[in-house]
Amino acid sequence: MRFGAAFPLYLRCIKLLNMKKIFISALAATALLSSCGGGTSDDAAAGNDSTATLSGTIKIDGSSTVLPITQLVAEDFKEQNNKVDFSVAAGGTGSGFKKFIRKEIDICDASRTIKDSEAHECDSLGIKYQALEIGKDGLSIVVNPQNTWLTSITVAELKMIWGPDAQDKIMKWNQIRKEWPNEPIHLHGAGHESGTFEYFTEAINGKKGACRVDYNASENDNQLVQGVAGDKFAMGFFGLGYYETNKDKLKLVAVDNGAGAILPTDATVMDGTYAPLSRPLFIYISAEAAKRAEVSAFVEFYIAQAPVLVKEAHFIPLTTEQYTAETAKWNEFKKGLK
Amino acid sequence: MTSADKNRIKDKAFEYVGMACTFFGLFMLVIFLGDILMTGIEKIDMDFLSNFPSSRARKAGIYPAWTGTLWILGLTAIIAIPIGIAAGIYFEEYAKKSKMANFLEINLANLAGVPSIIYGLLGLQIFVRTLNFGTSLLSGACTLALLILPVIIVSTREALKAVPDSIRQASYGMGANTWQTIWHQVLPASAGGIITGIILAISRAIGETAPLIVVGAATFITNVPDSPMSDYTVLPMQIYSWIGMPDKEFAKSAAAGIIVLLLITFVLNGIAVFLRNRWQKKVKW
Repeated sequence: MRFGAAFPLYLRCIKLLNMKKIFISALAATALLSSCGGGTSDDAAAGNDSTATLSGTIKIDGSSTVLPITQLVAEDFKEQNNKVDFSVAAGGTGSGFKKFIRKEIDICDASRTIKDSEAHECDSLGIKYQALEIGKDGLSIVVNPQNTWLTSITVAELKMIWGPDAQDKIMKWNQIRKEWPNEPIHLHGAGHESGTFEYFTEAINGKKGACRVDYNASENDNQLVQGVAGDKFAMGFFGLGYYETNKDKLKLVAVDNGAGAILPTDATVMDGTYAPLSRPLFIYISAEAAKRAEVSAFVEFYIAQAPVLVKEAHFIPLTTEQYTAETAKWNEFKKGLK
Repeated sequence: MTSADKNRIKDKAFEYVGMACTFFGLFMLVIFLGDILMTGIEKIDMDFLSNFPSSRARKAGIYPAWTGTLWILGLTAIIAIPIGIAAGIYFEEYAKKSKMANFLEINLANLAGVPSIIYGLLGLQIFVRTLNFGTSLLSGACTLALLILPVIIVSTREALKAVPDSIRQASYGMGANTWQTIWHQVLPASAGGIITGIILAISRAIGETAPLIVVGAATFITNVPDSPMSDYTVLPMQIYSWIGMPDKEFAKSAAAGIIVLLLITFVLNGIAVFLRNRWQKKVKW
């Protein structure tokens, strides 16, 4: 029985953990030092810029669709203002507004306008806010490149395919138009948790969430791309950005809303003729946050950079006049704060 | 053919079926690892480890993600290990046969089966809101600690059970009380098993994404955590967010992130094996 004194084990565990902690702290310290080092040159570069002295942490949550845009803007803003930190999450528009109402975040990314119930809660808690439209998103209807029969589709036909009534009934292409092949139709679309699903079902089937369920649903749009790209008899819907980056594997379908078949392009989504599958994207800024210099500077930077960065994130920017109008709204809102 | 022959054939058949199953699992694992390595390895360099995430795939790195993961692991371990071991000792050595212990035991087994996202919701209400820790590392670590506590408790108990009762009796016979017996005899003898359990539990915590999304881990962050109250992100969140990006380049970043995550897990498991062997050698009766 020689192991009597052998129980510094737990202490050893603690020691190991401490060592890990020290290691991490050391790393963090090096990081800080190096970023400070980098910072001086940045400061020098931005010396004539009055925003160089901004600091603080800006907290953002909300739509995962808007996230790539916000992230790009935050990155570029950070380059000029290295003392401003960002914490950007993407829990979805609904969850973003919940946090917005609890004052846990400064800005809410939204792929829809605020709901009446959410607006009502803000009012009752005295939370004032401003919505700014920052760009547009188009939903693309896509098929396989080998699909020769489908180049345009009407909204009514889309409803016939995707509506809740189609469940277990519309299973073949020739059930939609007689001249189409007598082959099974394989459907791929956004999963039920996504804003894209809500928006598609509302635009096509007339009610949020009303949709057949016997299709391949995924929250991961790349998976949907793969599904359509590998199957001659497939059809799918997802954000236009995913079509743009997979053009060689997919065929875009024009949508006819009664005014002729229209393909989603920058121009048709921007001016709203690609209907009903184009939607505006927003950021919501609380009045309390807007009073902080760094948030205010960030929002102004956001609108100023949107024409370039929205495009880079594979979304569709607004027209120059529209952005001017958004800036005017923002200035008006800021005036009201004082 | 005699029934002995038949049994022999069955015996052989089962051996081959078993072997086929084993190789099937290994084969799948090799394919998976090979695919990840081929896709991701080109991305891994110092820039990838020291850059912040970016919407521009070429510049995107995992600096805040891997530091966040290590922070979360450290904090989770500090919180969960003492509580887990103490609870395991209580169950196994003190509260062996009471009704209360039975009741607690059933609940513990239930807790081990609760989906992780439920822990996330619990953490959101208790740590983020009621205790007002905010969306900090501390909230995340407390939530993950709750998640892995049942695993630590159960494995501690198993390790303690493996210590022969004769050791305890001998210790009592020498006039030691319960605590002295536990501290000087039972714990050192079961240390290998306990450590293995802890490391396995922590390896589970590494991969968790769902509860951390709920308690507010960020997807994009521009600073590295420097205290338990910092905002943070972790590797699985980063990987998850990259996989959904339209730009193909991000698939490579995601694969590279997975390699780093696997490396961290392998290192932890390696430590577990090392410590277990070390402690088992020391125990001689």
